[in-house]
Amino acid sequence: MTVATKSKPARQPSGRGMRFVGGAANYLDERTSISTAVKALGRKIFPDHWSFMLGEIALYSFIIILLSGTFLTLFYDPSMTEVHYDGSYVPLKGIHMSAAYSSTLNITFDIRGGLLMRQVHHWAALLFVAAIGLHMLRVFFTGAFRKPREINWVVGFLLFIMAMAEGFTGYSLPDDLLSGNGLRIIDGMIKAVPGAGLWISYLLFGGEFPGDDVIPRLYMLHIMLLPAIVIALIAVHLVLLIVNKHTQFAGPGRTEENVVGSPILAVFAAKAGGFFFLVFGVTMLIASLVTINPIWSYGPYDPSPVSAGTQPDWYIGFADGMLRLIPSGWEFEVLGGTLSLNLIIPIVVLMVFLGLVAFYPFFEAWVTGDKREHHIAERPRNAPTRTAIGAAGVTFYAVLWAAASSDLIATHFRTTIEGVILTLQILLVVGPIIAFWLTKKMALALQRKDREVVLHGYESSRIVRLPGGEYREIHTPLDDFEKWRLVSFDEFEPIVLRPNDRGRITLSARAKASVSKFYFEDRIAPVTKPELESASQH
Amino acid sequence: MAESDKKVALKGSSAVERSGRIDNPGFEPAHQRVHDVNPDKAASAERGISLLFLLSGLLSVTAFVLYFLFPIVPGDLWTVRISTLLVGVAIAASLLTLGVGVVHWAKALMHGHELVEERHETRGDEPTRARAVEIFQEANAESGWTRRRLLRNSLITALVAFPVPAIALFRDLAPAADPVEALKHTIWRAGTRLARDPSGTPIKASEISIGSAVHVIPENLDTYEETFLNEKAKAAVLLMRLDPADLNISEERKDWSYDGIVAYSKICTHVGCPVALYEQQTHHLLCPCHQSQFDVSNECAVIFGPAARPLPQLPISVDAEGYLVAQSDFLEPVGPSFWERNQ
Repeated sequence: MTVATKSKPARQPSGRGMRFVGGAANYLDERTSISTAVKALGRKIFPDHWSFMLGEIALYSFIIILLSGTFLTLFYDPSMTEVHYDGSYVPLKGIHMSAAYSSTLNITFDIRGGLLMRQVHHWAALLFVAAIGLHMLRVFFTGAFRKPREINWVVGFLLFIMAMAEGFTGYSLPDDLLSGNGLRIIDGMIKAVPGAGLWISYLLFGGEFPGDDVIPRLYMLHIMLLPAIVIALIAVHLVLLIVNKHTQFAGPGRTEENVVGSPILAVFAAKAGGFFFLVFGVTMLIASLVTINPIWSYGPYDPSPVSAGTQPDWYIGFADGMLRLIPSGWEFEVLGGTLSLNLIIPIVVLMVFLGLVAFYPFFEAWVTGDKREHHIAERPRNAPTRTAIGAAGVTFYAVLWAAASSDLIATHFRTTIEGVILTLQILLVVGPIIAFWLTKKMALALQRKDREVVLHGYESSRIVRLPGGEYREIHTPLDDFEKWRLVSFDEFEPIVLRPNDRGRITLSARAKASVSKFYFEDRIAPVTKPELESASQH
Repeated sequence: MAESDKKVALKGSSAVERSGRIDNPGFEPAHQRVHDVNPDKAASAERGISLLFLLSGLLSVTAFVLYFLFPIVPGDLWTVRISTLLVGVAIAASLLTLGVGVVHWAKALMHGHELVEERHETRGDEPTRARAVEIFQEANAESGWTRRRLLRNSLITALVAFPVPAIALFRDLAPAADPVEALKHTIWRAGTRLARDPSGTPIKASEISIGSAVHVIPENLDTYEETFLNEKAKAAVLLMRLDPADLNISEERKDWSYDGIVAYSKICTHVGCPVALYEQQTHHLLCPCHQSQFDVSNECAVIFGPAARPLPQLPISVDAEGYLVAQSDFLEPVGPSFWERNQ
């Protein structure tokens, strides 16, 4: 106690409670030097914006997944040993099935709260991937991936991939008919890899499909290896978040040199902690009201039956859709082997798409040549080309995603499956181009509107008649704070192609110049002081 | 653009800065919340929030009690639903009231003014960086990392080789047998009776009427206890009877069918889903996973979708008792393609 009093004479604790807390803190600090961490992080500032909560939702749903998943491991049996079902779900009584499927039925029908925990786990998993996806879109469209956050973008991207892997492995564990067909599809895709595919499949399944080994192996991945990687990546992600400090939107007083918001202790911690319970509460509410993955109605895995309208969980949809959109007949005999381009091309397209997502920050840094640090999150309209590229990417993904439901689209809208597939094939190519063009136009138009508003104020809907008989609408000028929000953005111009020191124009310089032109040829400059002055004189 | 407005391009970058930029006006005056100025409102907010916390505690206890009040009666699915619903909603309500309370406390009563923290460049300051470089140089000098190149390069060689045994250690993930051979054969043999899936009862040709389709397994599938699913995953067959006039049969497959009855592998040549949907009128088979379509009247040629190869045909005939039997195994590997399938 004396030490604490000595070191902090100004904050003499009073009351028994405070004396206890002070004593405990002193005990801890003398053994862990925790005061250093509290000093460094306790008043760290986090800016406020609704879109900054998407990453939080991802983090909290992961915690919910860990809690509910731990409960499920206590009752789940990751074994493909054949058993006769003897639980309380009558329609499946006496049926042959794997111990994995049987134990999942027991969790559902014989363990109190088991169905609830299964549904919390599944809903939270769907939310986890969705929140990561939306969080990535927020970061992309606000340019929050720019220096110094490129590495953290890649870490986040890896988390997105890991989340999908976690989702797929977990989805397969009940060993029901639907997930078994999912595994069968994965098996078919792996086998298409030239040369190595058959062996990879053989090693993964411990022999022929489906074998007796894949469920325990996926279980190991699902509850040990992948979560360990996810937790490690989240740790790196959060450490880098602290090192880089959070981005903030442009606003009065906000600069590249400061961060404005609430301190971790106490306001941010309270908001974030409260928000955790809100996310948990909403997930729990959905899980208690809405059925997800009713494995009992699918039956145990059997390679022979399948039901119409099969679909994977939402986040695998884009991959499944890609498989559906490839035209017939793309398989050839080459060098004595069978080359299944109908599977290899979809795999390559998906990997290229994901690769573009992962490496975009480095590409944009190369185009702009911008070496400055950026901490102000941009409004999407103020980076029209990037926003348009993002919209094109979203469209591409959305078409693939829709394609995973091609059969359901055809039945619901009473049209032909061939027509739906053809439409989606065309959209996959044309859609992103239209989205790019439209988005860019819209972003530029919004920027023009911003300029107009800054220069001439808002239209007030008040019409006055001047002494000369002329009618005019009164424009309400913006105050300085509103104006600042609309004019504070970065301005770029296309690079001018110049010879280098040796008097040559290199190929890479040419490429860079033309990409730079593609990015910045159409642009709207922020309003400047002289413009503002001349506008006010009218 | 005004004349006085000078633009400066940043070095090596396409970003430009204008001299006439509008200045940052600085912070807006702090906004006063009603709870900051009215102590009565603050007190009532405090009472409301503590009420939420107490309610949350009460709801948690309620969930605990409901768990025991509404047990699951084995065989009664209604009790599963009730237990899930009541316990779940009570937990959800306790979490939501707790969350709303904490967030409301933070927004209404905690210090509401925004605070400012300075940012510094992410890179370390110059003395720190210089010292870091120095440390590496000292370590290099002390260890001889760049000086003793033989030592360094042989160490790198050893480290590269270090994971090699691990690759071998994973070999026994799969059995020793050659997968190519395994995939080229199913348990269909000459004389194996075609049986109904899943009952296993053999099928007489006379039982199959024109237009019908039957899901088929080999009659002896049940004897494969250990590898039942593996064998079924290759041997599943779909049997259809068409009007013989509707069948376009090539010369070499003339004897593979019996009086309009044809048998094809049910495993899709795309990625292996069961091609389970038969359209009687058009004689088309549809795979429900990726919508590949096969034309039964034309030896199951692909007519739509991502699949590239026709479904393999199982040659069939009838035995002395009139049961449908296989003439042999499939003459090509069934299911999804793989590189070695034609070798």
